[in-house]
Amino acid sequence: MRVGVLALQGAFREHLLMLGSLGVDTLKVTRSKHLADLDALVLPGGESTAMVRIASGTDLFATLRERMAGGLPVFGTCAGLILLADRLSDDSLGGYDRLGGLDVTVARNAYGRQRESFTAPLTVRGLDEPVEGTFIRAPQILELGPDTEVLSRHDDVPVLVRQGSVWGASFHPELGTDGRIHAEFLHHLGAAV
Amino acid sequence: MTETQTLLNTGLAQMLKGGVIMDVVNEEQARIAEAAGASAVMALERVPADIRAQGGVARMSDPDLIDSIISAVSIPVMAKARIGHFVEAQILETLGVDYIDESEVLSPADYVNHIDKSVFKVPFVCGATNLGEALRRIQEGASMIRSKGEAGTGDVSEAMRHLRTINSEIRALGAKSEDELYVAAKEIAAPYHLVKQVASLGRLPVVTFVAGGIATPADAAMMMQLGADGVFVGSGIFKSGNPEARAKAIVEATTHFDDPQAVAEASRGLGDAMVGINVADVPAPHRLAERGW
Repeated sequence: MRVGVLALQGAFREHLLMLGSLGVDTLKVTRSKHLADLDALVLPGGESTAMVRIASGTDLFATLRERMAGGLPVFGTCAGLILLADRLSDDSLGGYDRLGGLDVTVARNAYGRQRESFTAPLTVRGLDEPVEGTFIRAPQILELGPDTEVLSRHDDVPVLVRQGSVWGASFHPELGTDGRIHAEFLHHLGAAV
Repeated sequence: MTETQTLLNTGLAQMLKGGVIMDVVNEEQARIAEAAGASAVMALERVPADIRAQGGVARMSDPDLIDSIISAVSIPVMAKARIGHFVEAQILETLGVDYIDESEVLSPADYVNHIDKSVFKVPFVCGATNLGEALRRIQEGASMIRSKGEAGTGDVSEAMRHLRTINSEIRALGAKSEDELYVAAKEIAAPYHLVKQVASLGRLPVVTFVAGGIATPADAAMMMQLGADGVFVGSGIFKSGNPEARAKAIVEATTHFDDPQAVAEASRGLGDAMVGINVADVPAPHRLAERGW
């Protein structure tokens, strides 16, 4: 199995290391040609404003949307969740093209600035022990479509969701050394990790 | 600092990686930087080139200016405190800035001590010219390091020298046996536990950007090829002929740093780069990189 990580900007290295430690092949994705032989793609944390602007004027997002329509599994964390959300609560991304594909409404930076960043133990469906979630200037999931399942909540707010094989997290499972969330995503795709 | 605080502080730096952090002096410049794809902005009253030209004591920016920049953009906002000026840092934390730069670009407030950064909830980035300096800052609580370069010159040679120095000192540590690391720590005046960690990681334990003299897409791509996690651009954007185009081009070159064709495309049609000043022509007492100890 080969899993790509979008590498326009942000914490892509941490996802590559985490996926590598789980035994899958990884690939940095900066151009549409890199999408050709992937079994799944991770969209990392970082600055969504930077990512949408770097992608604009290229065929990367359009090609990726086609692959997602064809069933490519995608997991977006933090900024990656913002790229996947069908709706944003404000227009701070200035109308730049995003991906969509996850039926949620997301508010950018809704958990506050850096001094409000926090960690919290999260109960995750399918895992016996809680995961320590790291929320950094995190986006918040405000509304869910009918086909979006919640895998974890914090203070009653969904923080890990999926719609089919499109997953989104408002926290950073790539920070630290706990690979269980990545492993859950890969198990869902049928990978033996 | 608690383990959780360290994770949050270093975690935000991870999110800035592969990106460009741009100096801005007003809301309009902040919006231009965000629109160009900056991963954060540095709010300050004067870019280093103007501080250099105008002289005088350079201090933390007016809180009103910082507030206005915070409300103008949705990306992280950094601001500078003077070296050792812990009250300026307290003010910046109160204002809600996302990262504090304890910076040699401002006039030092303390010629002996740096700020004890471990007692703050907001993370710090600090400059370094060599490995020992970087590790002393990390020991004081810095969550991110930038090689200093020589700010406000548009001359990349010092940035190059500092990054190469840090990288080669890290490689040299990697070649030492464990019992030689004690003396190595003494020689670079850095804590042993950090020296040992660097020797085993083969890099600094925190995100490492480059600063000071980056003026072109090629400068940014070169630093990325040398292993930088990202770049700070101070005077290089808003002292150039076409800041919008240059800002976008430097962002593009930072993402596609290993693709010369993409960097070549990004380098076209940018108008004049900042005029700049050769570091060799800056008299030693006016070199900012020598501030900090």
